Amino acid sequence: MSDANFPVGARAQSSLLALDARTKKRNAAEARFRAYGIGAIAIGLLFLMVLITSIFAKGMGAFQQTFITLNVELSEAKIDKSGTRDLEAIKKITTFGYNPLIDAALAQALTDAAIDNPFSKGKDLRKMLSSSAAADVRDFVIANPDRIGDTVEFHLLASSRVDGYLKGRVSRESLTRDKNLTPAHLDLVDAFYGAGVVSKGFNLPFITGADASESRPEQAGIGVSMLGSLYMMLVVLACALPVGVAASIYLEEFAPQNWFTDLIEVNIANLAAVPSIVFGILGLSVFIQFAHLPQSAPLVGGLVLTLMTLPTIIISTRASLKSVPPSIREAALGVGASKMQTVFHHVLPLAMPGILTGTIIGLAQALGETAPLLLIGMVGYVASNYPSGLVDGFMSPNSAMPAQIYEWAKRADPAYYERAWGGIIILLLFLMCMNIIAIILRRRFERRW
Amino acid sequence: MNDMTKIEKVAAMQDIKITASGVQVHYGDNHAIKDVSVNIQDKTVTAFIGPSGCGKSTFLRCLNRMNDTIDICRVSGEILLDGEDIYDKRVDPVQLRAKVGMVFQKPNPFPKSIYDNIAYGPRIHGLSRNKAELDDIVEKSLRRGAIWDEVKDRLHAPGTGLSGGQQQRLCIARAIATEPEVLLMDEPCSALDPIATAQVEELIDELRQSYCVVIVTHSMQQAARVSQKTAFFHLGNLVEYGDTDKIFTNPEDKRTESYITGRIG
Repeated sequence: MSDANFPVGARAQSSLLALDARTKKRNAAEARFRAYGIGAIAIGLLFLMVLITSIFAKGMGAFQQTFITLNVELSEAKIDKSGTRDLEAIKKITTFGYNPLIDAALAQALTDAAIDNPFSKGKDLRKMLSSSAAADVRDFVIANPDRIGDTVEFHLLASSRVDGYLKGRVSRESLTRDKNLTPAHLDLVDAFYGAGVVSKGFNLPFITGADASESRPEQAGIGVSMLGSLYMMLVVLACALPVGVAASIYLEEFAPQNWFTDLIEVNIANLAAVPSIVFGILGLSVFIQFAHLPQSAPLVGGLVLTLMTLPTIIISTRASLKSVPPSIREAALGVGASKMQTVFHHVLPLAMPGILTGTIIGLAQALGETAPLLLIGMVGYVASNYPSGLVDGFMSPNSAMPAQIYEWAKRADPAYYERAWGGIIILLLFLMCMNIIAIILRRRFERRW
Repeated sequence: MNDMTKIEKVAAMQDIKITASGVQVHYGDNHAIKDVSVNIQDKTVTAFIGPSGCGKSTFLRCLNRMNDTIDICRVSGEILLDGEDIYDKRVDPVQLRAKVGMVFQKPNPFPKSIYDNIAYGPRIHGLSRNKAELDDIVEKSLRRGAIWDEVKDRLHAPGTGLSGGQQQRLCIARAIATEPEVLLMDEPCSALDPIATAQVEELIDELRQSYCVVIVTHSMQQAARVSQKTAFFHLGNLVEYGDTDKIFTNPEDKRTESYITGRIG
């Protein structure tokens, strides 16, 4: 075609090898946009790295604990004067009565390691140990009365100050303002550490144990509140999944399109954005004050979290139902399946991965929720006992993992700070597991397509 | 019709499978089908042709009440299948659709095995008493769908793994499996290549022996090739209905002539 055929103002003849101004500008804009994108992702990754490192740096200490290994002579003269091994009589001896045994064991350990005892009173020496030590020995004796008279090796918890000293949290300077321990104790710890009496080990009781009072941070564990969270998740799963899926199926497949269903739809979308504390106060007034369900119970916590999770589950279930191609519905209806057969035989199986993913994400969200628990008494409760059975697990007061972490972070003793971070690590591990399960389930069900 | 004797009328009536009279369809405010009356004969392929949006698919979907699934769709008038009003309150659309099967524009096999695709209909309608009978039905349907030889060795492979033409024949076999009396096809070849189209058309011609087939098509050549009766729709009206040969060679209406000669549509 010759130039004469083009209308006036047509593109001038140009070489493909040279970039014109317009192309240059466009390319520059594209390069800029890419740079912004990479920058945004880099910033995100940086924050993630900082978060993860700080969590692990601060929390890993909670998984290590200092123990003092002592050979305690379970002297018959002290704890079973009658010599009959009568359990009732043994139980009458209080924790306090076991202190002399521990004092003697500590003194023996000093002699064995050839260390001079700087203290005149056993009570001062005993400050190296957790105040739970005597109770641990007593529990052992009650469980094994036949061992009375023997000398038994115990791994007793060191006090949180000793633990902190070995982890670098406590120093001789910081002890000048601390009435619990003196620098002389730390000298002893150093000597004992060399002799192997004081040692650091993996802190299993932190994962399996119960919460302890404010003065015994070395004893506190997250195990009981983990159970509390588990029971709550069971309640959420049992209530939210059937209700949520049934509601979404009805709304998506059966309900007529009118102003009423539109209203419900808008409300569900809005409920997903309602602050969780509002659900907490709703739960307080409905489940506790009106229905008289027990306070602080995982059952109530689970019901409140169900209310909170339902919108999430409904929204994700509806989205995955919507994403099933209408041709599948037509095909099923075309061969004479009823509406319900169409939904249950064809639509639901195809929507399953999405539904499961949504449910697990909802559960994970509920697992990490603290605010609603604040109002039904699950925060601040010291979860020091294991529930005695399934019913008790649902009905008796308990805490939950995030509530426990919040509680620890609130306490004054710096040893609890470490526990709080450790708790966060455990919570994050749980959330990660749930997300991995969601991914696996999605993969597995999608293969059927 | 006026010069027919009474006996001839009765004979003609027996041949007629579907009678539609005064059918009106509204989608909300949109008047999609305007007063359509047509008699569709048994053991015949009837083609609905017309430009896009003329209502031919809508009318087809009235015949097995697929439009029921659309909330804003209202159907009035009378459609009789073997003399029974399919829009009667007592009619359950599920039962109707077992009698009036449907094949869709896009091949839509279930994401299940080939076997399960075919067996699904017979299973939910309780057409077989045991596995052997079901196997028979599946084989018979696949044979009649002219796809048996291609899939007999991989009945448990997913139906979605077949080629487009095979998928469409699978869908036809699936529609046949429930022993329908009428087979509705909504542009069954529009997503297929010419070879697959030829195979499906050949199949449609065979199906005419046993079923009343109604096919919607965009291709006038296809209508001419496969159908004996043709109905031309335009803007929601049934403009002309008659023998395919006559419609294509000597149409009565100006609009039909314009369409088949390519001046409108």
